[in-house]
Amino acid sequence: MRMVIKGNGAVAHAVRLARPQVISAYPITPQTSIIEGIASMVAEGKIDARFIKVESEHSALAGCIAAESAGARTFTATSAQGLALMHEVIHWAAGARLPIVLANVNRAMAPGWSIWTDQTDSLSQRDTGWMQVYCQSAQEVVDSVIQAYKVSERVLLPTMVILDAFFLSHTYEDVEVPEPGLVDGFLPPLDLPQKMDLEHPAALGNLVFPDRYMEFRRKMDLAHQVALGVWDEVGREWGELTGRPYGLVEQYRMDDAELVLVTAATTASTARVVIDALRDEGVAAGLLRLRVFRPFPADLIRTILADRKKVVILDRNCSFGHHGIFHQEIKSALYELPAGQQPEMHGVIAGLGGRDVTVEDLRGMLMGVWEGRITKPVTWWNVLEAKGAETGAVAMG
Amino acid sequence: MIEIRIHGRGGQGAVIASQIIAEAAFREGLHVQAFPSFGSERRGAPVAAFVRLDHEPVLVRTEIYEPDGLIVLDQSLILQKLVDVTQGLKDGAWILINTPHGPEEFTHLGPYTIATVDASRIALEHRLGSLTAPIVNTSILGAFATLTGLISLDNLGEAIAATVPIKPEANIAAAREAAAAVKTLAAAGTGR
Repeated sequence: MRMVIKGNGAVAHAVRLARPQVISAYPITPQTSIIEGIASMVAEGKIDARFIKVESEHSALAGCIAAESAGARTFTATSAQGLALMHEVIHWAAGARLPIVLANVNRAMAPGWSIWTDQTDSLSQRDTGWMQVYCQSAQEVVDSVIQAYKVSERVLLPTMVILDAFFLSHTYEDVEVPEPGLVDGFLPPLDLPQKMDLEHPAALGNLVFPDRYMEFRRKMDLAHQVALGVWDEVGREWGELTGRPYGLVEQYRMDDAELVLVTAATTASTARVVIDALRDEGVAAGLLRLRVFRPFPADLIRTILADRKKVVILDRNCSFGHHGIFHQEIKSALYELPAGQQPEMHGVIAGLGGRDVTVEDLRGMLMGVWEGRITKPVTWWNVLEAKGAETGAVAMG
Repeated sequence: MIEIRIHGRGGQGAVIASQIIAEAAFREGLHVQAFPSFGSERRGAPVAAFVRLDHEPVLVRTEIYEPDGLIVLDQSLILQKLVDVTQGLKDGAWILINTPHGPEEFTHLGPYTIATVDASRIALEHRLGSLTAPIVNTSILGAFATLTGLISLDNLGEAIAATVPIKPEANIAAAREAAAAVKTLAAAGTGR
């Protein structure tokens, strides 16, 4: 059924369709309307689940971990400081191989206190063993949440489905919300191979000595490798059911592109308008949109970017003291290319703390690199430089 | 693509108005996007909300800087010069204002098609809100339907019923009354 909903509503509808048995959540702007929506659906009987109200995000995810350990499908949602507070149990969920699905609304970390979007919160959880999917529209939010359950439960890894604060979470748009029967056929009930069972008591979370710990970690890494293929397969299967296929990445006008923008989330949606305009002006521009970020499809990205002239990597995040995080990952993936096939790469850091990344901004970055006016490896876009910045002074203006 | 900016004060329903337009235009078969100004809002303080409508899926996901039209829920924003409502407004754009005055009172705003409707009076007659805080967002959208032709009154009625939590009939009746009461003064040379 087609309806007008906001990104947060898209999460709630997708969760309803996935039929979770336990939702454990704590509110935080700009995520709150996700769990309000789900709470209403539980209260109205539209979701047959136990909704656990907790006192913190740490407990929210701990609740999911307990329920999932007993074999229940679970869901939680959070954002920014809430995700950071979960951090200890974020590791636990992945290490315990629990296929929990969490929606994170990308919000900048404080201080300075912010409720607006950037990717630093989710990317701070990059190395926890969770899978990460970045969405560019409310339609993708619906589709990705449902796919996330299927992939997670196949490879026994949790997934973070990630959407931009406000540009997605609070923007109403027309979305196709699938019928329950379609999703039921796609996503069978959860049947964990190992779970807490009163008939067969066992201890979970025990001490693992050095002679075994690495083997558990190796299995997590292998599961991520397997997940690359599963995301691809599940994205195709979803396409056959709905007419909306998904891949690990998305390519737009990439066939003969010499100038490529690499980015993720809603900025990638806006970027298509810019790519179209540049094509009309005779610039062979294309877009490579990152969707599944963990596991990281390095081989695929290397194949796609080989032999391109110039690549601009737009990060709505920063690993302070180095580059934007997508930039680092792309550079690392392309290192294995022979020198003659390496594109010229430029990182741009933009849109932190919810600053808009406009059509004009994207055009400026792309043409700045294309015409050789941007030569630095990393550019902070459209930023007021602090007086004495070269000395590390803190004061602005 | 048509981009619309709605100006109001916190509590007047600018955000709901943007949702109702999106719901109505969706029923016209258009692709829609509606969003509030992203931030913390206070009752009575100037606020804004935005709508994009297109025959194609809406790809642009930025704020709106150069709208094709404005809806002003509260004339005091203009009269007291609280907000530069015409900022970025395209030449020849339309401005729909909730005011007891006629459109000729607002030609100083610039080369725009000016439309006015006394949405506050109509809302109060339909017992929507209170004397100090009439709920004008549904009334003014009737005038929006007449002015722009983008949505039919039937689809507006359905959108109101789907979006407004209480008194849907009164809201729809107010919208229909405002649709007939709008006064329009075309910008010179636009032929509207």
